[in-house]
Parts: sequence; C-alpha cells; structure tokens
Amino acid sequence: MVVKVYGPDYACPKRVILCLIEKEIDYETVDVDLLKGEHLSPQAMILKLCAESRAIIRYYAEKYRSQGSELLGKTIEERGLIEQWLDVEAHNFQPPLYDLVYQLLINPKTGVASDPKRIQEDEEKLAKTLDVYEKRLSVSKYLASDTFSLADLSHIPFSNYLVTTLKKGYLIRDRKNVSRWWDDISSRPSWKKVLELHPPVF
Amino acid sequence: MVVKVYGATYAACPLRVMTCLFELGFQFDLIKVDLQSGEQKQPQNLLRQPFGQVPSIEDGDFKLFESRAIIRYYAAKSASQGGTNLLGETLEERALVDQWMEVEVNNYNPLIYTMVLQLVVLPQQGQVGDMELVQDCKGKLEKVLDVYEERLSKSKYLGGERFTIADLTHLPNTRFLVEEGGMEDLIKRRKNLHNWWLDISSRPSWLKVMDLPK
Repeated sequence: MVVKVYGPDYACPKRVILCLIEKEIDYETVDVDLLKGEHLSPQAMILKLCAESRAIIRYYAEKYRSQGSELLGKTIEERGLIEQWLDVEAHNFQPPLYDLVYQLLINPKTGVASDPKRIQEDEEKLAKTLDVYEKRLSVSKYLASDTFSLADLSHIPFSNYLVTTLKKGYLIRDRKNVSRWWDDISSRPSWKKVLELHPPVF
Repeated sequence: MVVKVYGATYAACPLRVMTCLFELGFQFDLIKVDLQSGEQKQPQNLLRQPFGQVPSIEDGDFKLFESRAIIRYYAAKSASQGGTNLLGETLEERALVDQWMEVEVNNYNPLIYTMVLQLVVLPQQGQVGDMELVQDCKGKLEKVLDVYEERLSKSKYLGGERFTIADLTHLPNTRFLVEEGGMEDLIKRRKNLHNWWLDISSRPSWLKVMDLPK
C-alpha cells in the first residue's frame, strides 16, 4: 500500500513528502486546491492539510528507521534534543511564519485585507526566534546536534516562503549561522526533488 | 541521579513534567523560578531556556527544555530500561499517541493558553482581560471537545486502551479549564470525556503534584 499525501502544493504536506523522500519511501499525491476547498474556507483547508504533519513524520522516521537518512538521532538523549527543537518549531517558528503566509500570500487571493500591525508583530516574533537559532547554530552544526535531523527538516517548507514570495530572506541572510544552516538544509537533494516535483503555488 | 526541574508548581508546563516524572519514578528536585517577578526572563534562566520560559531540566550533563519534549524523553528512557511504558507498545500505538499529542498542541493548548492570559495573567498585571476573546475561545473549544468525546467513545484513553503521555499531557490545561476557567460544564456535559477526566485526574502522580506546596 503506497502512502497518499494530500495537497502537495502546500507547505505542511511538503514536510511529509520531504521526510518520505529522505527515508526512501514511495508515495502518491492527491491534489487539493486550497481556494476551491470542498465547502471549507482556505483557512480551514490549510489547517486540515497541516493537521498532525509532525506526528506523521515522526511515524515514518521511526517505522523506516533502518533505511534512508537517520532522522531521529543515535541515542535517547539526541532524540530528546530533536523533540525539543521540533517543539520549538511548532511553538515559536511556525505560528508567526504561518500568519505571515496567511496575511501576505493567501489573503490577497481571497480579497481579504491584510493587517499591517499583525505583519509587523509576526516579523518581530520570528526575528526573536531566529536570534535564538543564531546562538544555537553558532555552537552546533544543526539544531539538535551535528547531524541533520527531523527537527531541521521540519523547518524547510515554511522557511522557503521567507526566501521566495514573502521576500523576507533578510531574516535568514542577516544571521550568519542561520544563513549557513539554511544553505545547507535547503541544498539537500530531497528538498530539490520536492521543489521540482511539487513547485509551490504561492 | 536526581533530575533538576526548573519551574513552578503553579504553572502548567512544569506540572506536565513533574507528573510524568512521578509516573515513571524518576526522582527530581524542583528549583523554583519566580514567574511573578519575571525571573524566567533573566540571563540565568535564558541560559537554560533561551525563550525565557519554564520548565527546563538538568539531568547530569544532559539539558532539555520544552515540556512535551521532556516527557517524551523520559517516557523513552523508562521504556528502554524496561520500566513503565507511557509511549505505546507498537509503532502504530506510538503514532496514535504522537497524533493526540499534536492535537493537544495545535487545537487544545492555543485556546486554553489564550483564556489563561485573559482570565489570570492580565488581571494579575492589573490589566483587563478580553472577555469577548474568552467567549470566542470557549465556542471553538466546544467543537474541539466534541472531537475528543467521539474519540473517547471508541477508546478508553486517547492513544488506545492504555494511559500514555497523550493523556498525561492534557492534565494541566484541563485542570485550568475546570478550576480558574470555571468551565467544568464543558467536560461534564460530555460523558466519555468526563469519565476520562475523572480517571486521569485521580492518578496518584497527579494528586501528588497537586499536593506540592505553591
């Protein structure tokens, strides 16, 4: 039975696809159009596609432990640090970035006015988080350790918006270690494949 | 080795960690961080938790923050040592445990967190909470709790037939809902949810944590 991933155009499903490619797992995709979503608003659709993507990647990283890249660390302690940075991503990185995507990329498509005050607050929150990352990445090659893990992987799809359509790449470029880390993780063959097979739609 | 837990007995996230450590039998010392005076934002604590929050732990040389990462770590450690397994037995059970932990993060915690801010934190700082926002959260919470009710009509605990960290992680926020939140009726009106709450909140580990001096 081949894994089916819904909505490959969007960031959260890309998180799952990235993990599947890293673990050399076959998958199929089912297209979903955010703006024509089955009686659901674009906001509800995105939440549906995002739901539990981190649980899904944990499952596949664990189930296929013996093949592809090791994404869960070698020791229980390393796994602990990976979980820590996955939680940091969920609480401190994705929420303001998700809101920026919403305000600046999705709202215009649905004719909803954006809120400049919120955009500024989102950017400030994200900047504070990236300051923490800058410090961490000055002593560690990747977030959890010196090996690429699920914690780094989880950041890639949404970060891509920063350096492309959100035009806020400076948030990454202005930080030496974050910049080095981003160049490294975004040049992985798995991410290049994701961009090639499922180019972002906004 | 005794684990050092930095936090407070009246804050949700440290409670999550302490309950888990009691469940698993890992000894710990609570080192109090004075949240009222903002000690968590001071340089000393920022070294332990760069976002200026609690809890964080020190276990010998090993340091960790983010309460859910901490409980996952100790659950994994316990299971690997042949101790109590709160992670789930099979890979599929563990995935369901992960799923419901994510549900708590994405759908439950944000609503409760907003209400705690409006009903407790802001008034403590001499500001007025936004009651309209609280009502809005309550409305959204009704829908979320319907999902939990449906799940618990099919399974004794969230992950399956066994108590796991998926249930444990809900204890602190649900306590708030029932007590300071004054919204016990949201739980009581849902039969399976109510039975589940009565079950998990009567566990010795939770009672022990509730008994810790404030």
